[in-house]
Amino acid sequence: MNAGLPESPAIALEGVRIAFDEREVLSGVSFSVVHGDTLALLGETGTGKTLLLKMVAGLVRPDAGRVSVLGNELTEMTEAELLDFRRQVGFVFQEGALFDSLTVGDNVAYRLREEGADEDEIDARVDESLRFVELQDAKEKLPGEISGGMRRRVSIARALITRPPIVLYDSPTAGLDPVTSQRIITLILRLRDVYGVTALLATQRIQDAFALANYRFAPERNAVVPLSPNGHPSPRGGAQSPAPAAAGAPRTRFLFLRDGKVYFQGEPDEVSGTKDAYLQRFLV
Amino acid sequence: MPLDNALEPSVSSRVANLFKGIVQTVQDYTLLSVEAVASVFRTPLYVDDALYQMDVIGIGSLPIVLLTGFFIGAVMVLQTAAQFSRFGETALVGDIVAISIVRELGPSITSLLVAGRNASGIASELGSMLVTEQVDAMRAMGTDPVKKLVTPRVMATTLMLPLLTAISDFVGLVGGYLISHFQLRLDPVQYWTRAIHALQFGDLVQGLVKPFFFGFILSSVGCYYGLTVRGGTQGVGRATTQAVVTASVLILISNFFITRMLLFIFP
Repeated sequence: MNAGLPESPAIALEGVRIAFDEREVLSGVSFSVVHGDTLALLGETGTGKTLLLKMVAGLVRPDAGRVSVLGNELTEMTEAELLDFRRQVGFVFQEGALFDSLTVGDNVAYRLREEGADEDEIDARVDESLRFVELQDAKEKLPGEISGGMRRRVSIARALITRPPIVLYDSPTAGLDPVTSQRIITLILRLRDVYGVTALLATQRIQDAFALANYRFAPERNAVVPLSPNGHPSPRGGAQSPAPAAAGAPRTRFLFLRDGKVYFQGEPDEVSGTKDAYLQRFLV
Repeated sequence: MPLDNALEPSVSSRVANLFKGIVQTVQDYTLLSVEAVASVFRTPLYVDDALYQMDVIGIGSLPIVLLTGFFIGAVMVLQTAAQFSRFGETALVGDIVAISIVRELGPSITSLLVAGRNASGIASELGSMLVTEQVDAMRAMGTDPVKKLVTPRVMATTLMLPLLTAISDFVGLVGGYLISHFQLRLDPVQYWTRAIHALQFGDLVQGLVKPFFFGFILSSVGCYYGLTVRGGTQGVGRATTQAVVTASVLILISNFFITRMLLFIFP
């Protein structure tokens, strides 16, 4: 999956700090994500997960530190340069952030229209994206006429329309019922395993992060299958019993934030076997 | 004594924060306005968005502008006739109505009405987009929100307000004519001849230059408050009120200075 991609990290943050109203929200956060990997950002509300995603998308500038994405030093770029850069990053906002005056189809087509693509091409790609999230029938509907879960799926379709190499998910399952959450996670798995995107997933639900670590989407079977230790689909596996990372398999790592700092960074199996009180709060 | 010592720094720091806040607001507003104007000369130009806003702001405001313009003209004739009749000079109402409506009342009242309708509309629309992360989504997809949201609204309002004012002036004169004819029994030819002859080139320039500035003020203020909303939906409500109040006050204050400047050019 990662063949041919450079070994340098797709996303790298070094000593990132930011304060609002004299309160430091992030105080020296550093991490990196290599191409094709997924990093699950976990932490309680207000620990700066969304802020980190926005920094990676160049939407927020840190007060200090370095943010490098796909070889671009975001902290040194002008707003005009950042606008061009952001076309390489897909962002799935927490509530979808769909333009409520545009139809679902127009929302998904937005980026292509901005780029001046041909209408026939736009139509074909919008249909393809909506088919991917299984919402082809909702194309003419307004965001207000569809459910919260459907809005998130449209948001995913909108993010993938230009096939960005990086997709950032801001709590994509927050406030959704378990069935809809499962559907969203399946989409994230498909996006990772079909298109090979590098992803940052901010979430409070550790089961989402474990699902990404333990399962993969098998296009040949058109189904989500557990990852076996050797990286191949296996008939067994549990949502919270992590499988060891295998060569060639998409890797998911966990990063926990606490009080503006990285509290823990590591592999899923380290988290599931932890005795740490803060991490255990997420496992309950 | 200890109480005084404890209070003193808090009062001074509050005053300092207040001034800092005002300076910050003026700076941010100025930067937004400059960027909105500069975006007119940079591609991509969102012409469709500007035309849509012209429809919303221009055509949408037409009913209230027609209604109020008519009644302002009518009431002007009633008031002036009541005074002039004491000197037997009711024939002069055409002059007075024309000059006061075209020079002052038309631009000011039309702008204040459009400010009430559109500065609030712009602030609430952009504010809602901001709190639901639609503005961030726009930026995340590589679109400059100033170019996409602010410039079309500022351009549309700045171009449509002089047109609305011209329509309001005309309807005001018609309103004045109807009252002067049916109530004062003035001859229509006399009313229109006096009204038209009373107006000079400078009056028309004054009446149409002002709304150009007022349009810029009300739309840019609406955009500024919309894009700086804090505090969710409650903040949107607050921003809407602030936008109307600030735009109206700025229109009235700038009216004085623009009038002073125009009187210097067209004495």
